[in-house]
Amino acid sequence: MTDRRLSAGLKVGAYLAAAVALTLYVVEWPQDSLVARLVTFPHVLALTGQHLAIVALSSVLAILTAVPLGLMLTRDWARQWTPRVVGFVNVCQTVPSLAVVALAVGLLGIGATTAIVALWLYALLPILNNTLTGLDGVDAATLQAARGMGMRPGRVLRRIEVPLALPLIVAGVRTAVTVNIGSAILAAFVGGGGLGDLIIAGNNISRVQVVVLGAGLPMLMALIVDALFDVAAEETAG
Amino acid sequence: MIRFDQVSKSYGRNRQVIDDLTLAIAEGEICMLVGPSGCGKTTSMKMINRLVEPDSGTVLVDGRPVNSVDPIKLRLNIGYVIQEIGLFPHMSVADNIATVPVELGWPKPRVRARVDDLLALVDLEPGLYRTKRPRELSGGQRQRVGIARALAGDPRIMLMDEPFGALDPLTRAKMQDEFLAIQEKIRKTIVFVTHDTDEALKMGDHIAVMRAGRLLQYGTPTEILRHPADTFVADLIGSRKGLKLLRLLDCGSLMRQGAAAADLPVLPARATAEQALSEMLRCGCRSVAVADASGVTLGRLDLDDLIDRVARDD
Repeated sequence: MTDRRLSAGLKVGAYLAAAVALTLYVVEWPQDSLVARLVTFPHVLALTGQHLAIVALSSVLAILTAVPLGLMLTRDWARQWTPRVVGFVNVCQTVPSLAVVALAVGLLGIGATTAIVALWLYALLPILNNTLTGLDGVDAATLQAARGMGMRPGRVLRRIEVPLALPLIVAGVRTAVTVNIGSAILAAFVGGGGLGDLIIAGNNISRVQVVVLGAGLPMLMALIVDALFDVAAEETAG
Repeated sequence: MIRFDQVSKSYGRNRQVIDDLTLAIAEGEICMLVGPSGCGKTTSMKMINRLVEPDSGTVLVDGRPVNSVDPIKLRLNIGYVIQEIGLFPHMSVADNIATVPVELGWPKPRVRARVDDLLALVDLEPGLYRTKRPRELSGGQRQRVGIARALAGDPRIMLMDEPFGALDPLTRAKMQDEFLAIQEKIRKTIVFVTHDTDEALKMGDHIAVMRAGRLLQYGTPTEILRHPADTFVADLIGSRKGLKLLRLLDCGSLMRQGAAAADLPVLPARATAEQALSEMLRCGCRSVAVADASGVTLGRLDLDDLIDRVARDD
């Protein structure tokens, strides 16, 4: 277990160093004065912060909705709705992320809120799907034993079902968050800020250096988060 | 005491699973429910802890209809063991066994002491097994933990649904013997479902033979062997009834007290009459000596006595 942690720690360190190096390279050796004016350390830091905030808020919202929804849809009294809800969320997932963002603009106007709502909707499916799969995967005999011994339904859920489904739920969150880090670039298109700003700006002034920075940082961010989830996966595997 | 009073249950219109079941199970006894799959034995058992509710009729525990008791309270006071065992894979052996005490809100030191007592009872060294996970155990060890878990709240009743059905024959026979030894100490009222007639004859104080939701016969193993109610029960018992009767008798109760020749093979008083016969066949003698646990000769068992006893109907 500590081996796993150590290697995750090393990975996170390496990716962080790469992110700092990439930024440093653009700041210290800009292509020209235009890039020098656009890309400064504080600016990149601010955009990274915005990016992280958008991802974090949308992901937390998605966890807070998809996990309880999954718990509910695996109760006997709600089973009848499960196929319809899953079908609906599945269909939503087939809408391209850019279109989701665009539709959200139609409803909510522009700004970070719009981006957060769009990403939240987008992150629902992997978490919901994995929550359902995880809970359905709990061995029937285990549940029968728990009920037969006199555990109340709430206790069965808390002490048996959720702990056993947790590795899959965490895997769903991992997928959602890593995908969201990439999709959060779209926030820049609706005035929500984030590292997408660098890509748009770099593209507008035709400076490849800026575009590379705007694409590289989210990529490294996704790798870091993924490495952190390695530890979380280990912790929940029991 | 557990009593079924004209209990019926059907799923849908055409599938009658329990048909007018009336049955009384005495305190401190092992009652075996035996019959082919789909005969309603498991369903009947699940009515005792209200995992299944009857359509009509009443199930009573200690004179109280179970449907007047909160199912959670009822179940916390009834041990439950299933074939698949259903240990919680994410918990240690100790936490598994502690399930019911924790649900009952026992203080931690008491729970810990109880877990260690039970591990010792089912012959698992507490220091060695307390912290293990179920996946680290063999099938037999898992079922030991399953039994310990069912006993944890010190219930008066235990429901056991084919608990040894998934074990290999050797382990199964060993677990049966050990469980009977445990029952000697704990004297619970046990309802034990099996489709294995030999297991029913070996373990049961009484046997209820079921078929298609109906109770065909209820009696002691000897009664069932000597007087099967119909051809179905007779077929279920199978052939070699004489040998099976021998299995129900022990040397201690059949022997003539007194001295025995020194050259006779010696058997413990607890050995079955079948083992005595086997010993006689092996050594070509017509008698065996019977001794107590410390090897002191108690008496002699003759082939003629054995034959008389089995042939005599009482």
